[in-house]
Amino acid sequence: MIVRILTEGQVDLPDALLDELNVLDAAAEQAVDAGDEAAFSAALGRLLDRVRTGGRRLADDVLVPSDLVLPPPDATIDDVRHLFDTASGADGLVPG
Amino acid sequence: MSLGARLSAIFGRRRGDDDPIAELDASYAQQSALLQQSRRGVADVVTARKRVELQVRSLEQKAARLESEAREALHADREDAARELLVRRAGLLQQAGALQPDLDRLQDQEGRLQESVQRLEVKVEAFRTQKETVKAGYSAAEAHSRIGAAYAGISEESADVGLALERARARTEQMQARADAADSLAAADSGALPWESAGESAERRLAALQAGDGVEAELARLRGAGGRLRGPGAAGPDAEAAR
Repeated sequence: MIVRILTEGQVDLPDALLDELNVLDAAAEQAVDAGDEAAFSAALGRLLDRVRTGGRRLADDVLVPSDLVLPPPDATIDDVRHLFDTASGADGLVPG
Repeated sequence: MSLGARLSAIFGRRRGDDDPIAELDASYAQQSALLQQSRRGVADVVTARKRVELQVRSLEQKAARLESEAREALHADREDAARELLVRRAGLLQQAGALQPDLDRLQDQEGRLQESVQRLEVKVEAFRTQKETVKAGYSAAEAHSRIGAAYAGISEESADVGLALERARARTEQMQARADAADSLAAADSGALPWESAGESAERRLAALQAGDGVEAELARLRGAGGRLRGPGAAGPDAEAAR
């Protein structure tokens, strides 16, 4: 499974980690819904750390799309909401 | 993966699969152009950050100048003027200090941005190689399926770099606005800052008043540094003798 941490790059993760990541991801999303900045920052930190430690960074010359995309490490709740808005737009971020 | 799945849609519909082989060169040209734009974008962010840094240094220099003016005012026995100058100095230092953590964060972000652009550079080159291989060795139909993932991968990378740049730019602009406002504040130390509500302005002035203790301590320090200087009503024997 290929996961992208925005602004940081892509990581190849074993599928076995998916359940664990789901729990961490749900906590981050809950914090976004609750508007709890401190909880979000902590949950995002745990999620991204797990991705970084659990997988292998993709070499720079590998060209593959990601299965999952996670917010940048310094994202705020507002940033994530803005990203959600972009994601729900028709064109997404892909240029051209 | 709720959050991750929702964000995955950020990269939109992948169009690699329906890219005719003739469009491969066009795709490469487009990615190269995006790479150039990204390089320029990073350079702009660095320039803007350096400008804010200079403004912060200039605020600190103005603060130092106010301090020496305050010292002169004390020499001339104009304690009220000295106090006023020190209040303004405290305000400037507060503004400069408030900008510094943002500058540090931005510098951090710049480092990551530069790494992202380098990564994109490697990927654009990898895309060129794959494109040439595919064009030389495969039929159009085979080429489509072989280059599809590579196309999606490089589009995603460009989009990520674009996003990172947009964030850095927004942060730089915000800081620039604050630094400019702090500059005008240094020129005319009154009124509200452009981004402040009336309440915030009042709060800031209250904070400046509360910094009064600090100003008194500064006054005491300057008096100490001046040796024979003293406050009103504290005339010593030397002063008496001089009269």
